[in-house]
Amino acid sequence: MDKLYAMKAWELKSLLERREVSAAEVLDSVLDRIVEVEGKVRSYITVTEEEARKAAAAADAARARGEDAGAAAGVPMAVKDVLCTRGVRTTCGSRMLENYLPVYDATVVGRLRAEGLTMVGKANMDEFAMGSSTENSAFFPTRNPWDLGRVPGGSSGGSAAAVAAGEAVWALGSDTGGSIRQPASFCGLVGLKPTYGLVSRYGLVAFASSLDQVGPIARDVRDCALLLSLLAGHDPLDSTSLPGEVPDYLAALGGGVRGLKVGVPRELVQEGLTAGVRESLENALRLLEEMGAEVSEASLPNLDYALSAYYIIAPAEASSNLARFDGVRYGLRVEGAADMLEMYGRTRAAGFGPEVKRRIMLGTYALSAGYYEAYYGQAQKVRTLIIMDFEEAFRRFDVLVSPTSPTPAFGLGEKVEDPLSMYLSDVCTIPVNLAGIPAVSIPCGLDEGLPVGLQIMGKVLDEANLLRVAHALEEALEFRAEPDPARGVGR
Amino acid sequence: MIEKKDVEYVAWLARLELSEEEIERFTRQLGQVLEHAEKIKSLDTSEIRPTSHPLPLKNVMREDLVKPGLTQEEALSNAPRAEGGYFVVPRII
Repeated sequence: MDKLYAMKAWELKSLLERREVSAAEVLDSVLDRIVEVEGKVRSYITVTEEEARKAAAAADAARARGEDAGAAAGVPMAVKDVLCTRGVRTTCGSRMLENYLPVYDATVVGRLRAEGLTMVGKANMDEFAMGSSTENSAFFPTRNPWDLGRVPGGSSGGSAAAVAAGEAVWALGSDTGGSIRQPASFCGLVGLKPTYGLVSRYGLVAFASSLDQVGPIARDVRDCALLLSLLAGHDPLDSTSLPGEVPDYLAALGGGVRGLKVGVPRELVQEGLTAGVRESLENALRLLEEMGAEVSEASLPNLDYALSAYYIIAPAEASSNLARFDGVRYGLRVEGAADMLEMYGRTRAAGFGPEVKRRIMLGTYALSAGYYEAYYGQAQKVRTLIIMDFEEAFRRFDVLVSPTSPTPAFGLGEKVEDPLSMYLSDVCTIPVNLAGIPAVSIPCGLDEGLPVGLQIMGKVLDEANLLRVAHALEEALEFRAEPDPARGVGR
Repeated sequence: MIEKKDVEYVAWLARLELSEEEIERFTRQLGQVLEHAEKIKSLDTSEIRPTSHPLPLKNVMREDLVKPGLTQEEALSNAPRAEGGYFVVPRII
């Protein structure tokens, strides 16, 4: 038998349900692994060992009584530190919230608790989810388990690194412009950004409210489908949450892709792709054709404007959302100011890191008198054009595919001084958030030993179909490589 | 293009006290990002409606029912300073 920490959630669930292993044994395996590799990888801001032991003991006790312990019981999970966890420090990777103790659970956390959540820790992230490398964490950077000299991606880099390194079996992330899919891609995992509104955001610290979604990061498509099914569904506490029944995502797996119409947007495969990314994409497209899908080029011309529109819209919304951090109700306050305005200015100067300040500045500028129409108003209209392009494309195609990121994981420090080049690593994922559609990233090959991700995009609320395609491709690709963070290189 | 005085004004609007070094760095970096964003101005959007929200959900209403919420103690538990059930702040005027 494989090491427990390295197994899929569905494999562990089956062993746990048959009582061939205990939740305590699974947790011990993961906690031992954390001792072994966390010093090198640094996935976690907070490890919640005590809470995890209680949850595992409760799962074991329920199963010993012959009760259903819940669909997540005893399977160790990492939770991105942007989701509120009652009584457990929730920092958002920021000095501003270094000592913030939420008095309530995010809805997704509450739902998972009802299913026996075994949370091992709060995962590192770019401050307030702003970044593509986890280097913007106010505390420390996380390293890529495949190569400790490289970034794990971001902003959900701690979540992805934890799952890849065996420090958790699955994880929660959040995705505003690619923050689930790009780190999943950099770490050889499956990550899904659900349709805007499918998963509740109550208790998710807001970054850009018209773009943010919570979603799963997992080791395979089955685990991803399983976790999504535990997260999805209407929440009366989130007014942007969609009503309606949640489909059975697991039942969608195994359907194959015969007759599926696959489009490849030419705007997402042009400049900046490495040879390895291009080869992996072409190999995946060939496999889709061999399995009976029809693959052809698509054109969504306005995607060329997506990155520019995003870097107006997301900072504008962020500048508004982050106005709440003013040193009054929660978070840091710098004492000693003569009056309220000085206290605000000093608190925000001390509490926010460089990237967050940069985006607040950019967003405030784009919303300020005289510039609003030219920047924010125009970006919102460009967003409409991008949505229309997707609607048009989905009249011809069932799914669209592209690389998840133009390159595999880049080196630590490589892009820190050049915000624009950092932003470009999300060029393929950003259009999906602007359109509100779902997309999944699956590992589709290696580029010089580093994982490459394939992004599959679908229509609104078409997650079941996306997972079906992802599952068929996963079986055909047979991606079996694993990182060895104890040594620090891929094997 | 964006100038130092623009950055100073925007920092004031955003209630961010920036150092001289930050003002210079942001003048340069914001200029670069905005230059990239200029690209969207070339599109003709005269007939296009803006999107503020990607899905057609409108006017989400619910019954006005009293439900349990946070206690006063919980609501104040993360405040840097609180007294007698209030948030305490420095003087305003």
